[in-house]
Amino acid sequence: MSGPSTGRIYFDHAATTAISPRALAVVAAEMAVLGNPSSLHHEGRKVRDLVEGARERIALRIGASPSEVIFTGSGTEANNSAIKGLFWFRNPRKVIVTTAIEHHAVSDPIHWLVEHEGAILREVRVSDDGSIDIEHLAEIIRSEGDEIALISLIHTNNELGTSITADEMARIKVVIGDLPLHLDAVQSIGKVDFDFAASGATSAAISAHKVGGPLGVAALILRRGVEITPLLHGGGQERDIRSGTLNAPGIAGFATSIDESFDELQVRRVKVGRLRQRLIDGVRQAVPEMHVNGRGDAPGIINITFPETENEASLLLLDARGISCSTGSACSQGLAQPSHVLLGIGLSESDVNASLRFSLSHLNTEEEVDAFISQIGEVVAGAKAAHQAKLPSVRAHS
Amino acid sequence: MSALRVIAAMSGGVDSAVAAARSKEAGFEVIGVHLALSKNPQKYRSGAKGCCTIEDSHDARRAADRIGIPFYIWDMSDEFHKEVVENFLDEYKSGRTPNPCLRCNEKIKFAAVLDRAQAMGFDGVVTGHYAQMREIEMDGEKFRAMYRAVDESKDQSYVLAVLNQRQLQGAYFPLGDTTKEMVREEAKRRGLAVAAKPDSHDICFVPSGDNAGWLRERLGSEVGEIVDAEGHHLGQHKGAYTYTVGQRRGLGITTPREDGKPRYVLRIEPKSNTVVVGEREDLAIREIDGEQAIWCGPRPSGVNRGAVQVRAHGKRMPCSYEVDPQSGESFTIICDDAIIGLAPGQAAVIYDGDRVVGSSTIKATR
Repeated sequence: MSGPSTGRIYFDHAATTAISPRALAVVAAEMAVLGNPSSLHHEGRKVRDLVEGARERIALRIGASPSEVIFTGSGTEANNSAIKGLFWFRNPRKVIVTTAIEHHAVSDPIHWLVEHEGAILREVRVSDDGSIDIEHLAEIIRSEGDEIALISLIHTNNELGTSITADEMARIKVVIGDLPLHLDAVQSIGKVDFDFAASGATSAAISAHKVGGPLGVAALILRRGVEITPLLHGGGQERDIRSGTLNAPGIAGFATSIDESFDELQVRRVKVGRLRQRLIDGVRQAVPEMHVNGRGDAPGIINITFPETENEASLLLLDARGISCSTGSACSQGLAQPSHVLLGIGLSESDVNASLRFSLSHLNTEEEVDAFISQIGEVVAGAKAAHQAKLPSVRAHS
Repeated sequence: MSALRVIAAMSGGVDSAVAAARSKEAGFEVIGVHLALSKNPQKYRSGAKGCCTIEDSHDARRAADRIGIPFYIWDMSDEFHKEVVENFLDEYKSGRTPNPCLRCNEKIKFAAVLDRAQAMGFDGVVTGHYAQMREIEMDGEKFRAMYRAVDESKDQSYVLAVLNQRQLQGAYFPLGDTTKEMVREEAKRRGLAVAAKPDSHDICFVPSGDNAGWLRERLGSEVGEIVDAEGHHLGQHKGAYTYTVGQRRGLGITTPREDGKPRYVLRIEPKSNTVVVGEREDLAIREIDGEQAIWCGPRPSGVNRGAVQVRAHGKRMPCSYEVDPQSGESFTIICDDAIIGLAPGQAAVIYDGDRVVGSSTIKATR
C-alpha cells in the first residue's frame, strides 16, 4: 500500500465516527452491570436509574422533555417508526409530503407505504443547494389540506450538509400549522443547532454513532401526547411505542456522547469549518474544474463533483492511498445506484457519478487535509482515465 | 522495482479466491473486484451455482475480507449484456453455436475490466482460470505464451484462446500449476468458506441450465420443417436454434428410417427455419474453415502441424493448418482423423504441443 506512513485518513465521519473515549469507558463499565431496566427489583432499579438519567440528559440537550425520548436500535428504526406510525395512526389520510433528497431510511419506508398501503407521495421542490422551496411546500399544503398524513423532511442532508436553518424552520412552522412534521435529524445532532421544541416538529430521529456514541442506539423524539401506531409489539418498554429490552450501556454512552458534542459544538464547528475551507481551496487548486455541492451548513460534509471522472474509481484509488471517503450512492442488490440526492438537486447523471462525499470531523487535522490534497490530482487523473476507458468510442477493440 | 498492482476478478467461487490469495502472498498489491453482470442478478440465475448472484458477491466479499484485500463491485452489466448475451442470441439466430465463456473472456474480463484496471494504473487482471503462462522467445521474438494447465481435467486454455498478446500481457493465472484438489485444500487451509463450494457449470446467465427453454423464451418458437439431406419432409420442430449439430435424441421425427438407423442433426438453416438430419457418417468432417482468427503469440505462416480442439474439455486432434497469408485472419485446418458433430460458431483452438497458438470461429466444415 502506498498510503502515508502516518496511517489512514478517515474522511467518512458521516457514515460513522469514532466512539469518544469517555463514551467508550461508560459503555464498557455499564456492560459489566447486571440488570434489566424493566425489572422491579434492586438490579432493575439500578439500571433503570442509569437509563432514565441518560434520557433526561439527552432531552435537556435537544430541547425535549424526557418522556419525548423513545430509545430505538437505529436511526433507521426511529425514522420508520415515525413515518409508518404516523401514517397508520392518521388513517384514512393518505398524502405524505417529503423531498426527493431524503436518506433511504426515510424515502424507503415512504415508497413502501406508497406501494403497499396506498400512500400518495407529494414531493416538495428543493433548490440546487438542497434547501427546501417553502413556497412550494405551502402550495402543496393548500391543495392537499387535511388529506396529509405527515410531512417528512431531512434536517441536515447526509450527502450535502445542507440544514434547515432556524429561520427556515420558523417559516416552515407557519406554513404547516398543526400538520405532523417528522425531521430526520440524524446528521444534525452535535453539528448544527437543533432544538426539538423550537422546531415545532412532531417527531425527529437522532442516532448515537454519528456523534461519538456507540453503534446500535438511537432515539425517536416524539412530542408528548402524540399517538402513533407502533412498529414493534412486545413489552411496551418505551411509552408502548417501542418494545424490546433497552440497551442500557449503549444508552448511557449515547448520553455521554451527546453531552460532549453539545459542550464542544461551537469549538468543533469552527475547527471543522476551517478544515472544510482548506480542503476545498486545495482541491480547487489541484482540480480547477471541480465544483462543490450543497450549502455546508454542517461544515463537515463536503460534496465535490470532479467532472468527467468516475467516483467508484476515485474511491478505489483513494482507498489504496490510505484515504477513506464515500460515493454517496446506495447499494441496491449489490450494485451501486447513482445518488438520488444529487439527482434530486438537479445534477446530471454523469456529474452524479463523478461526485464524492468527504465527511470530516473535529478528529481530522490540517496535516490530513494537506496529505489528501497532495494526492487528489493524481487520483482524479486515474479516475478520468477509467471514465474514458468506459466510453464506447474507446471501447473498440483489436 | 515496486510491487505489481493487480485487480483480482472474484466470482465468489473457490478458484478466484485462491488466485487472489496467492497473488497477495506473492507480494502483489491486490484489489478484489466482483463483476456484476446483471442489473437484476436474480433475473439471470437464482441459487448458488452460477457466477452472478448476490450470494456469490457476498461470498467474494467474504473471501476478500479473509485474504485482507480491498473489495469492490464493478457494474459490467451493460457491457456483458451487449457483448455476451446479445451476441449469444444473435449467433443462435444465425444458426450457429456460440460459446459465451470465450466471448466473456475476450470482451469483458480481459477487455472492459483489463482496460479499466490499466486506465487506473494497475498492471493487469488476476483470475482463477486454469492455464499457465511463460515468457518465451521464438524466432527472435519474445512474448508471453499461454500453456495448458497441469490439471488436464480443469484446463481452461480453450476458453482463453481468444486473448491476443496485448491482453495476455495483462493476464495473471496463478492456478495453472495446481490441481483443483490442491486448490480446495489450500482454500480450506486459508480459512476460506468457499473451499467446498460446488463448481459452476452451464452458462451463467441461463437459469436452471435449460438452454433450449431460455432460447425459446427469447427467440420464440416458430414452427419449421425437419428434412433429410434430399429435402424429404420428416417432421416439425419448434424453433430451429434449440437443436445442436450432432444431436440425436428428442428430434420429434414421426417417420422412422426404413433401415431403423438413428438420425442426427446435420445442420441448421436459419433462413428457411429448417433442421436437416441424416446419418452419423454424414457428420464426419475433416476440414474446417476458421475466421476471425486471434493469435495468442506471433502469427504463424505457411503450413504448420499442430492439434485442434473444438469444444471446452474436448480432445485435441492432430492436424495441419494453413493461415491465409493475405488477411492473417482466416485459416484452413485439415484434421488427420474425422471429427464428428461440429457446428459453425464454435471455436477451433490450435495448439503446438501444450502451447496455445490461437483460435478462430468455425465458419464452414467439409
